[in-house]
Amino acid sequence: MEWIRQKLDKFKEPFAKGKKLEKYSPAINALDTFLYTPNHTTQKGAHIRDAVDLKRVMITVVIALIPVLLFSMWNTGYQYLKQIQPEVDFWDAFGHGAMEILPMIVVSYAVGLGIEFAFAIFRGHEVNEGYLVTGLLIPMIMPVGLPLWMLAISVVFAVIIGKEAFGGTGMNILNPALTARAFAFFAYPTYMSGNQVWVMNAAKVDGVSGETILGTLAAGQPVEYDSMDMFMGLIPGSVSETSAVLCLLGALFLIFTKVGSWRIMLSAVIGAAAMGLIFNALPMMGVEGNALTNFPWYNHLIVGGLAFGIVYMATDPVSASQTLKGKWIYGFLIGFFSVMIRVFNPAYPEGVMLAILLMNVFAPTIDHYVIQANIKRRLKRKNEGINAQINTAV
Amino acid sequence: MSNDIRINKGLTLRLKGEAEKVLVDAPRFKTYAVKPPDFHAVIPKMVVKEGAKVQAGDELFFSKYTGEVRFTSPVSGTLKEIKRGEKRRILEVVIEADASDSYREFGTMDPLSADADAVKARILESGGGAFLNQRPYDIPADPKDTPKAIFVSALNTAPLSADVEFILKDRLDAFQAGLNALSRLTPGKVHVSVAGNGAGTFSGLQNVEIHKVFGPHPAANVGVQIHKIDPINAGERVWTIKPEDVANIGDLFLTGRFTAVRTVAVCGSEAKDRKYYRTIIGAPVAELIGDVSTKDVRIISGDVLTGTQVNRDQYLGFFPNELTLIPEGNQYRMFGWLPFTYNNIPSNSRTSLTWMFPKRKYEVNTNLHGEERALVVTGEMEEVLPMDLFPMQLLKACMGADIEKMENLGIYEVAPEDFALIDYVNTSKIEAQEIIRLGLDLMITEVG
Repeated sequence: MEWIRQKLDKFKEPFAKGKKLEKYSPAINALDTFLYTPNHTTQKGAHIRDAVDLKRVMITVVIALIPVLLFSMWNTGYQYLKQIQPEVDFWDAFGHGAMEILPMIVVSYAVGLGIEFAFAIFRGHEVNEGYLVTGLLIPMIMPVGLPLWMLAISVVFAVIIGKEAFGGTGMNILNPALTARAFAFFAYPTYMSGNQVWVMNAAKVDGVSGETILGTLAAGQPVEYDSMDMFMGLIPGSVSETSAVLCLLGALFLIFTKVGSWRIMLSAVIGAAAMGLIFNALPMMGVEGNALTNFPWYNHLIVGGLAFGIVYMATDPVSASQTLKGKWIYGFLIGFFSVMIRVFNPAYPEGVMLAILLMNVFAPTIDHYVIQANIKRRLKRKNEGINAQINTAV
Repeated sequence: MSNDIRINKGLTLRLKGEAEKVLVDAPRFKTYAVKPPDFHAVIPKMVVKEGAKVQAGDELFFSKYTGEVRFTSPVSGTLKEIKRGEKRRILEVVIEADASDSYREFGTMDPLSADADAVKARILESGGGAFLNQRPYDIPADPKDTPKAIFVSALNTAPLSADVEFILKDRLDAFQAGLNALSRLTPGKVHVSVAGNGAGTFSGLQNVEIHKVFGPHPAANVGVQIHKIDPINAGERVWTIKPEDVANIGDLFLTGRFTAVRTVAVCGSEAKDRKYYRTIIGAPVAELIGDVSTKDVRIISGDVLTGTQVNRDQYLGFFPNELTLIPEGNQYRMFGWLPFTYNNIPSNSRTSLTWMFPKRKYEVNTNLHGEERALVVTGEMEEVLPMDLFPMQLLKACMGADIEKMENLGIYEVAPEDFALIDYVNTSKIEAQEIIRLGLDLMITEVG
C-alpha cells in the first residue's frame, strides 16, 4: 500500500505551504486524512494521545444510522407497493425505496460538503467532520417524495445560516439537520405535511391512504395500525423515523460507544412518557380529551419521529446542553414538549422537531444556571474563608 | 475523622516499559546542568561567570523579580557554559563536575527548635527555595508570601511514574526533617498525601497531616488533593513541594549541606536499562539512557503526560523523577478513523476495543491520532478531572481571555498538569495544558 501514500504525497506537493495552490490545501487535506490518519506527532502538552478523533466519533454515529437507513429503504418501497399490489417482494420493495432515497443522500452530501469545503478554503481551516452525520440525517428526516431541488435548498439554508453563520462546526446553536427540516417545513408546507407526502407517489395513485398515525389522530380518524406495527416501523412517515425498534438498537450502540448521551435519551423518554401519562389521566379528572390525548402514552413513544429525534438529534453534543445536570433537564423537556406540541397543535401533528429546536435555543440558558450554581458555591467558600480569617484576626 | 481521599474520576493508563524496582547509584557524570526554563516565569540573573569554580550550594543565579529565591549549584565544579537561546534567554547553565563533591557548609540546625525566620533564611540561602512551588498559578513560590498550607503529594499515579515510597524508603529521616522545616514556614498545616494501597512507608510521619489517597490518575496530582482537602480561594496562596525535595531540604538541616539528590526512573518501551538511578539534579540524558538508539525515539524529561521533550545531548529537568523513552509516531495509518480498528492503541473511548482488555499494557507512540478540530464532544473532559469545576467552560474562558469568567470557574484551583489527561482524551485534540498555562500567565499579569 506504500505506493498509494507516495502517489498522494506527490499529488499534494503543489498544495504545500508557500506553493501555488496552498489556498486549496484544506480540501486536499480532507481527502488525504480520509484515506490516512496523518503522521502528525505531539508537539506540546501530553506526549501521547487517545486513538479517538472527531472522524471516528462521526463515523460511529453514521454506523448507528445504517440499520435505520436500510430498513427505511425497504419500508419506503413496502408502503408504496402494498397499496397497489397484494404481495410485496422483499427485494422489490428495497429496490424501489433505495432508488428513491439514494439520490436524496447524494444531493445532500454533494451540496452540503461542497459548502463545507468552500468555507474551509475561504476561512483557511481544516474541513470539520460534522457534516458526515448531518448530511445523512437530512434526507432521513424528510418526506420521501420531496423534490431534490427543495432538499438542496434546505441543505444550503441549514449549512450556511444554521451553521457557518455562527462560526462553523462546534459553534452552531441549532441542530443543522433539523434546521434543514424546519426550513423545508415552513417554506414548502404542501410537500412537508398532509396525507399525500408520506408514501411514495401517493398523490398519483388512487385510493392510497398515506397519512401518518399522528395525522390520522389529529384528523379524528381511527388508526388502522397496532402497537407492534408502530414499534417495528411498518407505518408511513418521514424516510427513517418510523422504526422505533431500530432507533432503540442505534441508541444502544451510541450509548455503548459513549458517543451519544444516555442521559439525554433516557430523560427525553421519561419526559415524553410523563406528558403522555398526564394526558391519559385527563378522563379520570373529568376532562373528556380527544383522540390525541387519549392515545396511550407508550404509543406516543413509538410513533412519529420521537424515537429517531431523541436518539440522533437531541443528542447532538454541539446544540445540546453541555453539562451533566443540564443534559437531564434538556432531555426531559424535549420529550415533554414533543408530546405537548403533538396534542395541542393540530397544524403540526409531529412535535419533536420543534421541541428539539426550542430546547436547542434554551440549552445555553440551562447550562448557564447549572454553571452559575458551581460559581456560587465557589464564591460562598471564598467568603467563608474571609470571614474565618476576620474572626481569627479579631 | 477520616482523612482519606477517594477519587472516582480519572484514568489509569497502563503502558509498557515500567522501571524495575532496583536502585542503582549512578556514577559521577562529567557535566550537570540547571535549566532556568524549569522555573516558570523566573527571569534569571547570573551571579557567576563562565569558568568560575563553584561548590555544591553556591549560588548560580537568582530570580530578577523575587530576588530572595536563589538557585544554587547541585554539584561542585567549574561553570562550563551558559547556553542561550533566542533573545539571549538562558537555557542551560552547564557545570563540569569535580571528581568528588565539595560542599558549601551551612551548618546543622534543628528546624523545630530554631527560630522560624532562621529556618526560612536557611532554606533560601542554600537554594532550597527553588524546590517550593506556589498554587495558584503553578509558579515558583515567592518567599515574601506566607502560605495558607503546604502540600506534599507522596505518591505517583501518572503512567510509568516513579514510585515515591521506593525512592524515599532509605531517606525517611531526611524526609521527616524536611517536613519539620516546612512546618515552620506556614501557620497552617503540612499535608502529606500517601498512596492508600501503598506499603505504608510513610505511616510514621510526624508534625504533618497524612491523607490516604485512593483512585486512578490524576489522584496523585497535588492540585486535585488541594481541591479535596482545602481548596484555594481567590487571593490565597499555598505551597507545594515534591517529596524527594523535602528530603533534600531535610538533608540540609541534618548535614548542613545542599544535597541535590535526584532519583530517576528510566522507563518507557524504548529504554534499555529500566531501573531507578540515584544521581544529582540536572544529570545528562545521554549518560542515563546508555547506548540506546534514539532515532525516532521521543526522550521525555518527566512522564508521558506532563514531561518536556529533550535531546540526547541535553540534561534532565530540575524536578522530574522520570526519564521516559517512547517511539515517535510519525507514520501514517490507513483508514485510522474506522471505529474498532487499530486496537493496539489504547483509548478511553468505546470506539476502540481496548476497553475489553483492562489489564493489558500498551506500547504507545507520540502520534496525535487525528487532527485538531472544533470542540464538539461534551462530557469527556469531566470524566478525567476529579474536581468540582467545568473544564471545557474554563478552557473556553481561557481561550477568550475572559478574566472574570476564568476566576469564577476556578482558574486558581488548577495547574496545567491537571489538564494533562484532558490533552490525552479529548476528541478535538486541543492542547488543554497550553491553554491553561496561557490562562494562568494572563492571570499573573492582570491579577497577580
